[in-house]
Amino acid sequence: MKTPVSHMLLVLLGSFIGSFGAVFLKSGAGQLRKGWMHMVISHEPPFFNWRLASGIGLYLLSSYFFVLGIRPPGELSVLYPMVSVGYIFTLLWSRIFFKEPLTRVKFIGLFVIVLGVVFVGLGSK
Amino acid sequence: MSATAAGSTQISDQPARRQPVGLVFCCTILGAAAQVLMKTGANHMAGPGVLGMATNLPLMSGYCLYGISTLLLVLALKDGELSLLYPVIALTYVWVTVLSFLIFHDDINPWKLAGIVLIVLGVAVLGKGGKR
Repeated sequence: MKTPVSHMLLVLLGSFIGSFGAVFLKSGAGQLRKGWMHMVISHEPPFFNWRLASGIGLYLLSSYFFVLGIRPPGELSVLYPMVSVGYIFTLLWSRIFFKEPLTRVKFIGLFVIVLGVVFVGLGSK
Repeated sequence: MSATAAGSTQISDQPARRQPVGLVFCCTILGAAAQVLMKTGANHMAGPGVLGMATNLPLMSGYCLYGISTLLLVLALKDGELSLLYPVIALTYVWVTVLSFLIFHDDINPWKLAGIVLIVLGVAVLGKGGKR
């Protein structure tokens, strides 16, 4: 069995959308500091925590593409490493949108994890 | 409860930073269970139609667990750094590999074993970095 390119693109698209989902979840989670009700409502117009809602929406959308991508004949050995591309995107967005410091520890940790995901993929033939 | 948030930032810095990693840890266990259910559902899916997905019980149960795990992720992100916590989600692969071995009797080969060890190692590196 060979994984069609269309399935690879579906998974890549899923991880790209998912990385933005994480950005919106983080940004929406910041409003929870004011209390649990802020999971849904918000002080400012439109009085609705649209960031959190958008994050959940993007997450659902990304998992829809994942499900379509891992359907047979999609092979996990090829598709798993593509999911970890999303981790690299997220590191970039964390720097751009939240000004989080990119320390050497984070780079080493991420590199080892991505390597691990690639290995798990290679063993999933 | 929220009035003390600004004042306690300095005092509770250490425990407040450890807790998010623990929350993401729980989130990955639920996420792995969700993925196993979703994979089972995906194998039995007739087509990409929304109706076919809505009536697929394993797939929908997977989505529910995914929802709970997302909730835990949101709570973790409230206090933690996104760049630190997001890669920890890769722990899901470790649980999925173990669950696949137990449920679907998938084989565990040297590649998978090495991958699991590397992921755990990478998460340990991030966990140590988050404590500082």
